[in-house]
Formats: sequence, C-alpha cells, structure tokens
Amino acid sequence: MNLLNPYFGNFGGMYVPQILMPALQQLEKHFVESQNNKKFQNKLSYLLKNYAGRPTPLTLCKNITKNTNTKLYLKREDLLHGGAHKTNQVLAQALLAKKMCKNNIIAETGAGQHGIATAFACSLLNLKCRIYMGNKDIKRQEINVLKMKLMGATIIPVKSGSATLKDACNEALRDWSENYSDSHYMLGTAAGPHPYPIMVREFQKIIGIETKKQILYQEKKLPDKIIACVGGGSNAIGIFHDFIKDNVKLIGIEPGGTGMLQGQHGAPLQYGKTGIYFGMKSAMIQDKDGQIQQSHSISAGLDFPSVGPEHAWLHSIGRVKYYTISDQEALDAFINLCQSEGIIPALESAHAIAYALKIINQQPNKKQIIIVNLSGRGDKDIATIHNNIKNKRIKNVSI
Amino acid sequence: MYRYNKMFQSIKLINEGCLMPFVTIGDPSIQTFYKIIDILVSAGINALELGIPFSDPLADGVIVQNANNRVLSQNITIKKCFTILKNIRQKYPTLPIGILVYANIIFNMGIEKFYEKCYKIDIDSVLIPDVPLEESNIFRKYAQKYNISEILICPPNANIAFIKKISKISTGFIYLIARSGVTGFIHQKNNPSIQIIKQIKQKTSTPILQGFGISTASQIKNSLLLGTNGVICGSIIINLIQKFQHNPEIMLKQIKNLTLKLKAATKMSIP
Repeated sequence: MNLLNPYFGNFGGMYVPQILMPALQQLEKHFVESQNNKKFQNKLSYLLKNYAGRPTPLTLCKNITKNTNTKLYLKREDLLHGGAHKTNQVLAQALLAKKMCKNNIIAETGAGQHGIATAFACSLLNLKCRIYMGNKDIKRQEINVLKMKLMGATIIPVKSGSATLKDACNEALRDWSENYSDSHYMLGTAAGPHPYPIMVREFQKIIGIETKKQILYQEKKLPDKIIACVGGGSNAIGIFHDFIKDNVKLIGIEPGGTGMLQGQHGAPLQYGKTGIYFGMKSAMIQDKDGQIQQSHSISAGLDFPSVGPEHAWLHSIGRVKYYTISDQEALDAFINLCQSEGIIPALESAHAIAYALKIINQQPNKKQIIIVNLSGRGDKDIATIHNNIKNKRIKNVSI
Repeated sequence: MYRYNKMFQSIKLINEGCLMPFVTIGDPSIQTFYKIIDILVSAGINALELGIPFSDPLADGVIVQNANNRVLSQNITIKKCFTILKNIRQKYPTLPIGILVYANIIFNMGIEKFYEKCYKIDIDSVLIPDVPLEESNIFRKYAQKYNISEILICPPNANIAFIKKISKISTGFIYLIARSGVTGFIHQKNNPSIQIIKQIKQKTSTPILQGFGISTASQIKNSLLLGTNGVICGSIIINLIQKFQHNPEIMLKQIKNLTLKLKAATKMSIP
C-alpha cells in the first residue's frame, strides 16, 4: 500500500523485482515522515545553508544579451558545494539513510557530479559508499573520479553495454537488490521507481523556491521563461516545480547529440516512446522490439536513454515544452558564456544556455525575462572542451 | 495451465521433484538452441522456462545478462523468438513451457497482443521479473483472458500479507527465491525459509519451485526435503553454453551430463 501516488498521469510506478518492494516502501515511509519532521528539516536546512552554500545567487548576464531587450538570469547551482545542484538532494537522502539505520550507500554516476555529491555527503555523515560508473564515463571524467576517491568512495567500473550511465544504473539496482537490508540506493535524479521521482523533486524544489523569491525581489515580477537541461531531469523539475501553476513558460532541453537517429542523441521525449525500464513507465529510447537503446550526448550527465516520469507527464499535458540542442550548439554556447560572462558552465547546462541564446537571437527586440538554471559548473568538462578545440569543432579559440 | 497440473500430479505419484531448466531463447545460436532443448528433454526435465532476450535484464546476474547480449547481438527479434517457441511447442506438445519476459517487451508489443500470441502457440505461463504484485493487475487481466498462468515471485523478505495475496493469484506454480540479489550460482547460502514454505502451503495447494542459484544435487535434495516441489536451474546451464559456445558438441555433452545429475537429485523420497 503506497502512502503517495506512485504515478504521474500514465507515467511512473514501481517496476522492480519483488524483492525491492519492501525497501522502496520503507524509503517512502521515512520520506513522508521526514517531510513533517521538524528536527529532520532543521538538520537539512542547516546543512544546505552552512555546508552546501544555499541560497545560490541569481546572476544577471549583461554582456551576452548586449543589443537585445532580453534580461537573462542564471540560477547559479554551479556555485553550490560540489559544483552542481546534485548536492541538494544527496544531503537529504543521506539523512534519510541514517534515519533508516542504513550506513552503506550505493550510487551511480554519469558525469560524476552525483558521484561527487554522494561522496561528499557520505564523508560528512560518516557513511560508506560505493559508486557505479561506466568505463566510458570514468575515462571522460577522470578528475571527478579522483575527487570521489579522495572522499573515500569506492568506484566500481561498469564494463557492460554502453559502459555509460544506463549500465551504471542497472548495476546499482542489482547491487541494491542484494544488499537492501543495510544499504540505501542514493539514486541521482528524479527518475526510477517510486518514491524516487517525487522524493528527488521535493528535495530539489528549493531551486525554484529561491528563484521565485530572488526574481520577485530583483524584477518585481515573475520571469517570462525558465529553461533547464533535461537528462534524468532533476535540475529541471527542481526549478520548474514552484512555477508550475504560474503564468511562466517552462522549457526543458534534451540533448540532441549529433542527429535524430537512434544512438545519436539522448532525447527520449522528442524521439522516444513510452516504455517500462529502470523501475518506471516513462519515455524511452528503444527499438521496434522494445529493447532499450544506447543514447549519446557530448555531456556525460545527459547521456541516458530515459527521463523522469514527471517530465513525461508534463510533456504529455503540454505544460512544459521540450526541445533539443545539438552537441555543437552546446559547445558553442559553452564558449560563448565563458567569453562573455566569465562563467564556465557544465556541458549539461550549456544545452539550456544554447536554447536561451537561440530564442534571444531570433527576436532580439523582444522584451522578456529569461532564467536559465545553470545546473553545474564545467570544470569537469575541460578535457572534452580541450579535445574539441584541438579537433576544430570549436572555432575562434586557440590553444 | 493444465500441463503444469498434469506434470505435478504425475511426478508426485512417483515421488519426484520437478526439474525446470531456464535458458534464453536463441542462445548461443538458433540452430544450437534447438539442440539444447532436445538434450534437456531427453535428459528427463519436467518443464521448461525460456527467456525472451532483453537489453537490460535487471533481475539477472552476469551469466544470464551475457546470454541476453549474445542473442541480441545476432539480431534475434521478438518475432523470431515466437517462431522458435512455436516450433518447440509443436515438437513437445505435452511439456509445460513458461516464458520469462521483461515488462517492456510486453508493453511495447501491446499487453493483449502479447498474451494472445502466447495463447496461440500454447504457452503455459508468463513470468515478468520486473513487475511486482503491486503493478501486475493489467498483465493479470490478459493472462486470465487467455488462460495463461501468472507466475509470481516469492522473495525471502515476503511477509504474511504478501504470501496471502500471491497464494490467491499465482497459478501454475509459485517461484520461490531463497536469497536476495539477482540470478547466478556464486552464492553459498541458498536454503529457503521453511516458515515461508509452510505459510504458502497453508494458503494454497499451488506447487512451489525454488529458483536463483540452484547448481548442485545437494541443493536440490535439500530444497525438496524442506517442502518445495522442485527447482528451476538457469545460470549453471547457461554457464556451460557460454563456456563452450564455440564447441557445440562438447557443450551438448556437458549439458546432458549436468541435467542427468540434477534430474537424478529430484528422484528421492519426498515426505
């Protein structure tokens, strides 16, 4: 019996081996209790403020919008401890794990941001952690792997399948089905089986709550548009949630990769169809037989063949509009933000920035306020950027 | 469903347990797969569980996962899987045949269409390892419509409320697993809880088969002594397919020897 509705319209659910159901129900129970538990909330607020560094600023970009009538703000989750929004929900899940007396943490990571946040939280709260990471991602995120190891985390390379986030997620779930009694699976995004999508959203909605306060303070009105990148979708749902009922256009950007054919992108909402995988019913990149296909994105954090079920629902009812941005457009936006504003965005966030710049340049005279959720910082992507400069995919930058 | 009833009744009369091997359809190649089925049947198995390959078999360990990858890398489609199933059914009309299939394969085809196809080729049961009882209603609706047994898994952490529910719903047999984790035979601890077996038996007469990690004759004897009606063996057989995939002759010999040994372990005095 669920305490919360596991479904978002036709999406969501708990499609896991039976053995995991008690662990998910236990998690749901503790999550619901914690929402009304003052002591838990105070502890979390303290950590978010004094350890993670909340609130994060809302920065007005004046250079990149020169000669246009757009006011472009960035919600600076890149300035959060750990360098990405991931820290918000990881601290909360770590407190929940302690509440459940589970002192071992299982996590998966793609870009390494969730892995780093997990490793930080585990080190801080004295939890043991093992992190599954695809071999391909270990190679493209070397520095992040080193950071996780420094915090005392064990990194388990995943060689199966595409050796990326999808396969790391599978291995983490397998591990959990064996060790659920003393281990908590710290899922990194608003996806997977219930209660993760709701729980992660609730722990990430602080991004939107702060944004609303800040924009009302700075502009005395709500923004016209909010744009965020969507892999699993936690940063996007985090900033969108408090604006769902407002008259604000919400835009999610999926990774368009190098094309619309299978294996060239990571855009299940644009090019996939509804399926059941990774514990949930949601949009999936799959072939005609229902086999889950490999995704592609220049950004490891967006390289996932599915998306959180709440996004699939918001897409189906048209409340949020979803578009794609290609690898090349993201690279160009990355450089543009570096050179215009002195901010190095994560390649994930560069997708959202690229879309913002696209619509600003299409109607430069339009008076509008746009907020982009800068979900993380791009230090981790410097090697990728370096390679693309060498390969001349990035022009006007010499090294 | 009647094939399961008939089989369990007949082995009970001769004091035997059921041996149900699990293999992935088309592994390691379609041609060799048919030969593997023939060998298993000739070695005296009582039922077959056949896996439809899936890209992300979350409930399975590395051995079954590799089998899925072997099959998918040969571009064996779901359509071909059904043709293979049809051929096996025609050759062995009285053998109970169950299929194990992940939810997305069924959902993608259309739930009713999938069960209708199973009905048309006379499949006896369907087990969906990533669909727990809580999400099973829509699948059950069509399983019942097409008279196909719904096999539910009873894990070692099952409570009495859960056992009550699956005892009412599960037909054909109840798939009991004795340990946490995924399929594979590395684990040492594999004794089912006598309490869970008793609780199931108090609620239903549906037979119980133990699966996950069964690889030795002594495990089988022990399982039967504790009150199960037999076992499902997968990874230990698939491991031989993997090991000798490039030498089918040796593979078939090894599978035959293993199956004879496992089947012999089911022939004992069952209290």
